[in-house]
Amino acid sequence: MSIVAGSQEYSIRANWKLLTENSIDGYHAATTHATYFDILMSSTDNLASGMGGGFGYDLGNGHAVLEYGAPWGRPVAQWIPGWGEAGKSEIGRLYNNLLERHGKERADRIALKNRNLFIFPNLVVNDIMALTVRTYFPLAPDYMIINAWALAPNDETAWARKYRLNNFLEFLGPGGFATPDDAEALEHCQRGFENSKEALWNDISKGMGKDKPSHNDELQMRAFWTQWNRQMFPAPISSIKGVAA
Amino acid sequence: MHAINRSDVEDFLFNEADLLDQWRLPEWLTLFTENAKYEVPCTDLPADASSETNLFYIADDRVRLGERVKRLMKRTAHAEFPHSKTSRMVGNVRIRSRNDDEMEVSCVFQTLRTKDGTTDLYFGTSNYRLTTNTESFRIREKRCLLASEGLRPHGRISIVL
Repeated sequence: MSIVAGSQEYSIRANWKLLTENSIDGYHAATTHATYFDILMSSTDNLASGMGGGFGYDLGNGHAVLEYGAPWGRPVAQWIPGWGEAGKSEIGRLYNNLLERHGKERADRIALKNRNLFIFPNLVVNDIMALTVRTYFPLAPDYMIINAWALAPNDETAWARKYRLNNFLEFLGPGGFATPDDAEALEHCQRGFENSKEALWNDISKGMGKDKPSHNDELQMRAFWTQWNRQMFPAPISSIKGVAA
Repeated sequence: MHAINRSDVEDFLFNEADLLDQWRLPEWLTLFTENAKYEVPCTDLPADASSETNLFYIADDRVRLGERVKRLMKRTAHAEFPHSKTSRMVGNVRIRSRNDDEMEVSCVFQTLRTKDGTTDLYFGTSNYRLTTNTESFRIREKRCLLASEGLRPHGRISIVL
């Protein structure tokens, strides 16, 4: 795998932690990205079946991942009608290759499932309608800079690379049909949080107490915030006086 | 058509900028040919990079450009609803080359965008391929080369450049 040439270097006028939430939030897409789904309806016929089940996983130390069905085409390896017959045979070849190497269960998981992977504290590897690597840094409490790239297999065909990048740009990045609306939403959230005298808490309890929280619960956000809290506000060292003496 | 000179091209580009500032996007879309491209490369790529092998900010064919216009006219395009206010300045217009049915044109642009109390500046060079065998010019290709370092602090290209 390699990073494709071309770096998306952008920013959002919001606290950096909001992008962690946004990158691994399994329920904002339908409303925040309504215009993207309008377009997707015309290029795919599996929207209804694809947006089905999935689960969130706490990977420990603040890392987390969610895995769920893909309503969109995936360069590895879910075909949509919008990609035509050439795409069908190329995606079929990629899928058969997975089948040979990994067997049906794992091949289906690789080909048909999205994974939004969060590596604490500020790295995201999202395997969605394309594969993106994203990292972000706060320059101020209400301003972050973001670097994002496309990740791709070294040996893919020219067709597959072209369609991968095409699929990437339809949704992802500051010129795509989704990311600008994410930025807008986070900037509005930031404005809301500035009134924190009125609302001291942001509730992320969704799915608490479930044996197996689903991808649109908030387990993954709790994994992040719990680790952040642990590192920012460690338990007081009780023998500090003795150490100082 | 009389021999095309620079002021003809300027009239066309000024009109394009005006349509965009007025958010008359469906009308703006008619300036493009059926096989047109609209591209904004990432700023760490060479000016002639291909969008088939490099990650851009925007690489629209005519179909996606149509989707972009449809999207931006919707209330659910949150980044641009209500619409931002924009002011586009187009200058340094030059005819770079011409052949039988097409000319290459370049200009610089400075686009100011205001929304929610924040004003951002987008600036750089636009390279056009314009048809000249049609009743009026049509855009075959528009490539906007941002002169900024990345997209900071504005962070997004939610408008058309």
